[in-house]
Amino acid sequence: MICQECHERPAVLHFTKTVNGKMTEVYLCEHCANEKGEHLFSGHPAFSLNNLLGGLFNPDPQFSANPSFHEQEVHCENCHMTFKQFLQSSKFGCAHCYETFESKLTPLLKRLHGGNTIHHGKIPARMGGQLHLQKELQQLREKLQEMVTSEQFEQAANIRDQIRALEKKLLNEGGVQ
Amino acid sequence: MSLERFINQQTSAWMSGTGPDSDVVLSTRIRLARNLENVLFSTILSLEKAKDVVTQVHEAVSDQLALELLKMEDLSPLQKRVLVEKHLISPFLSETSLYGAALISDKEDVSVMVNEEDHLRIQCLASGLQLKETLDKANQIDDVIEEKVQYAFDEKIGYLTACPTNVGTGLRASVMIHLPGLVLTRQMNRIIPAINQLGLVVRGIYGEGSEALGNIFQISNQLTLGKSEEDIINDLDSVVHELMAREQSARDALKQTSPIQLEDRIFRSFGTLSNSRVIETSEAFQCLSDVRLGIDLGYITHISKSILNELMVLTQPGFLQQYAGGPLRAEDRDIRRAALIRERLELDETN
Ligand SMILES: [Zn+2]
Ligand SMILES: [Zn+2]
Repeated sequence: MICQECHERPAVLHFTKTVNGKMTEVYLCEHCANEKGEHLFSGHPAFSLNNLLGGLFNPDPQFSANPSFHEQEVHCENCHMTFKQFLQSSKFGCAHCYETFESKLTPLLKRLHGGNTIHHGKIPARMGGQLHLQKELQQLREKLQEMVTSEQFEQAANIRDQIRALEKKLLNEGGVQ
Repeated sequence: MSLERFINQQTSAWMSGTGPDSDVVLSTRIRLARNLENVLFSTILSLEKAKDVVTQVHEAVSDQLALELLKMEDLSPLQKRVLVEKHLISPFLSETSLYGAALISDKEDVSVMVNEEDHLRIQCLASGLQLKETLDKANQIDDVIEEKVQYAFDEKIGYLTACPTNVGTGLRASVMIHLPGLVLTRQMNRIIPAINQLGLVVRGIYGEGSEALGNIFQISNQLTLGKSEEDIINDLDSVVHELMAREQSARDALKQTSPIQLEDRIFRSFGTLSNSRVIETSEAFQCLSDVRLGIDLGYITHISKSILNELMVLTQPGFLQQYAGGPLRAEDRDIRRAALIRERLELDETN
């Protein structure tokens, strides 16, 4: 598939957009996609996150001072999105983007989520018991640390017992810690 | 059950004004963002794949949950607007989504939006302050869907979402809260930045920018990564309780320092609502807020508390036009709005 904008380079980006209620298939090369990027990916007009994310990254000299940076920029193998396109739309194209842009994403996540980069919440049941046990173990260890710091030794001993029991369970099920 | 039902049914359960702490808290909303594994996110998905997503999700819920499927392509702009005003779908789903759909419960307390920014937005609404119960409900729906589909999930950063502001738990918990006392005593300007510092967002939900029509604010969590769902709602809950206490003392202070002025304000607003023949949204909301405060403080006894919750939804443009059976110009809407409010007040007075 050849880019429909320049009719020269191979299209790496394919998506559907709605114009006046009609669906249009769009095929673009990376160069033209970057040029058009702004209006193509600006999803919801009322959404102001664009500026927020852009603002977070503006001080980064890589982006402002070195234009050739973009050309070497990696793109997601699965959905072809580049990090620049992500910054323009503030939305990733697919789950794989998180892996692709991991190194750039970590500082961004920290800024968005109060310094946090690790999920401590719900786990899909399908992920299996191992992961659930490991998460539980991790939380208990944190709690133990808290109890020790605040010198609540009786509770700490209690939690230590729970940790031992969990560790045993994990070993029996052949998991790694 | 049918589309007409959702459009015509005027009040949803979450508007009833009967939940816990409903003196101050109007409603609670929980939203979980989820995406299917190995499918591009909805924002760049092809039409064909987007249809697949709707089919998959619909099949996943249809055995176990009584939810009605509404496809955006089947709805008129006015019908979509009514659903937005009832908080059953988002403006994004209504306007921007490619093959968007919503699975809505009979009582209108559950809406699973499909092909919003994420493949799935599981949304549960409840009256009053019910964060725990509403989260439980959303989790149950999440579990049912997860039995049939594989979610995009990363061991380290949790549920993967189109926008990294939702990654981790994908949870947005919001509370809609009526704070006339804090607004009248001019405390909100100090309170909002303090709440922001706690990782929560406060905004007026009706009106533009910083203006909060009807003194109604929405408070929600900003952080979705790093805390458990329980911690997120507990933190929100404690801030809401703090606000409730401050609102209560502001109301007590007003009642003590300027009782006659307060009573005057309440009954003037009641007079305006009972007698207007033309009324704009902003004036209607301000008067409704005053009347609701009057009911909470015991000045007005013959009007039901749900009046604010109900009328702030029913007097919006989409509803008024639905009610009128067709498009209305702005000035005609103001006339209809005034008539609807008078009718609603008379209904309570005769009961
Ligand atoms: Zn091109
Ligand atoms: Zn991708």
